[in-house]
Amino acid sequence: MTAPPPVLEVEGLVKHFHVGPQLTGGGGIVQAVDGVSLTIGPGELVGLVGESGSGKSTVGNCIVRLVEPTDGTIRILGTDVTHLSRREMRPLRRDVHMVFQDPYSSLNPRMTTGAIVGEPLRLHGIAKRRSLEQRVVSLFEQVGLRPELRHRYPHELSGGQRQRVGLARALSVQPSLLIADEPVSALDVSVQASILNLLRDLQRDLGFSCLFITHDLATVEFLCDRVAVMYLGKIVEEAATDELFAAPLHPYTQALLSAAVVADPAAQRARTRVVLEGDVPSPLAPPSGCRFRTRCPLAEESAPESVEVEPLLEEVAAGHSVACHLVHRQREAAQLLDLASEPA
Amino acid sequence: MADTLLDVRDLSVRFETDDGTTQAVDELSFTLAEGEVLGVVGESGCGKSVTMLSLLRLLPPTAEVSGSARFGGIDLLAASSAQLKRIRGREISFVFQEPMTSLNPSFTVGRQVAEVLQRHLGYSRKAAGARAVELLDLVRIPAPESRVDEYPHQLSGGMRQRVMIAIALACDPKILIADEPTTALDVTIQAGILDLMRDIRDRLGTAIVLITHNLGVVADIADRVIVMYAGRKAEEAPVHELYEHPQHPYTIGLLGAIPRRGVDRLQEIPGLVPRLSEPLPYCAFAERCPRADRRSRSEVPQLREVRPAHLVACFHPGSE
Repeated sequence: MTAPPPVLEVEGLVKHFHVGPQLTGGGGIVQAVDGVSLTIGPGELVGLVGESGSGKSTVGNCIVRLVEPTDGTIRILGTDVTHLSRREMRPLRRDVHMVFQDPYSSLNPRMTTGAIVGEPLRLHGIAKRRSLEQRVVSLFEQVGLRPELRHRYPHELSGGQRQRVGLARALSVQPSLLIADEPVSALDVSVQASILNLLRDLQRDLGFSCLFITHDLATVEFLCDRVAVMYLGKIVEEAATDELFAAPLHPYTQALLSAAVVADPAAQRARTRVVLEGDVPSPLAPPSGCRFRTRCPLAEESAPESVEVEPLLEEVAAGHSVACHLVHRQREAAQLLDLASEPA
Repeated sequence: MADTLLDVRDLSVRFETDDGTTQAVDELSFTLAEGEVLGVVGESGCGKSVTMLSLLRLLPPTAEVSGSARFGGIDLLAASSAQLKRIRGREISFVFQEPMTSLNPSFTVGRQVAEVLQRHLGYSRKAAGARAVELLDLVRIPAPESRVDEYPHQLSGGMRQRVMIAIALACDPKILIADEPTTALDVTIQAGILDLMRDIRDRLGTAIVLITHNLGVVADIADRVIVMYAGRKAEEAPVHELYEHPQHPYTIGLLGAIPRRGVDRLQEIPGLVPRLSEPLPYCAFAERCPRADRRSRSEVPQLREVRPAHLVACFHPGSE
């Protein structure tokens, strides 16, 4: 018996964007994503965390082929979709759906919300007329919207209601994988909570896998099973959520966790912050070697290796991978000690 | 107790629009002490930004503002425009959420900092230029001597927000009003801006009004917190008191809604913010409140002190 293939397998994904005047040979290349590998198993909720410009959204856009990957492979349920044509891609669109950040611009203002939710069902030929109507009604109920709202237009709905419409549309064809790109960032806290609860409930009921792209660590902590942290186009650390939050190993993850504010004045003021110097370097010319070295509080310790060699994402404990020279060095030292202490 | 710097009483703001009227702020009163950091928290549309804009009459002419705001012996809401010109940017200054749209893209940041000094304090061009470098240094912009000659687009979001703060601080104001100053920024950059604001208060003694929807940011930096809902003050307390003993069901709901580990469900606040065409003759939160009863639906709850320095506008206050 073979195990079922992972729902999503991304290997060595690269996306470079040309910017500036290309005709004259000028301009540059933005290395938005530079060698990202990621696997999502059936029913797994994986968080992809990073700050602006880390390339996290580009990863999501590449997976649904909204942008063409420069290099690497993307397999959905075992099928390589990296180079499929739009036509070949079409039947596979049932398996992957996306929810976007802005519930204002991601719904067609000239369609009723019912038509928006029913469109994937119609296009995939799954349901029409009466059965389509019934499906739409039950989808509205499933995402907690009054079915009468299906006759309304997006502008008549609140932000939270619109995001529910976006979710209903994405889940209408029962995809195996949902890509959610900052789905709650534009919403108020109380609305955010209801959408996060809904997403969790739906995932438990329907069992889809989800790549949850966000800058907000707290939502990841609440929702996800596993987390991958991105910095300047690369994954720097990946681990089970509990482990990552309890024992982050990469200095960037540590800084990110320590910078996130918590709504508890006593705890918040007692924390020691790892303050990062400077800004994120331009992805037009990322630093040589370790991309984080220009802001790393431990840069001196890891030099000169960090300037010359790029750290690889290596597994340091079961399911916990890190791309940091210092972590690797410590691990090697510990292994040597182990070897020396073993009886001959 | 430090002296009261700003005393706002019964502030109401109403907008007349083609779609009818909107009561954005309804009889809000609050004070700000010297050197204090006051956090004003609430969700979109609760009136937190409109409140602060109305104080310096930065609202469009469709706004009808009433009430009083005593600041340094004058009432801001009744002051002449000449008086206000002297106060705006000099005694009370603003930092907004989006640093890109608040800066003029066609002038260097140095010139934009210097402009304030020349206009408000009568600095010569040369002196203003030199002081601009010092101010950029004050907000911890690296290499300020070369940064003054750069244009806003050459700076990152965090650096632009530091420039905005430098402009706001140029005249050594008594009050800095920061409206969602870190909302557009990444967390690691946000941490730096919060550290900077704390440092400014400690070193310069500037009182800060921090408007935000983020309860984490308030927990980090505020001394006292006002929670607003639908144009009214729902709750007010010193920061530790508020988070440890929240009394208003709305505050409790907001705190429970924050995503965190180890909870199966986040607290939801069902329903929507009411439409505010008229001042509501009852508790604005009643429709969404688990504790609401007939009284909440027929009478406006007045603020009362339920614990030391802890005010709540609710007929059924209490933590859980």
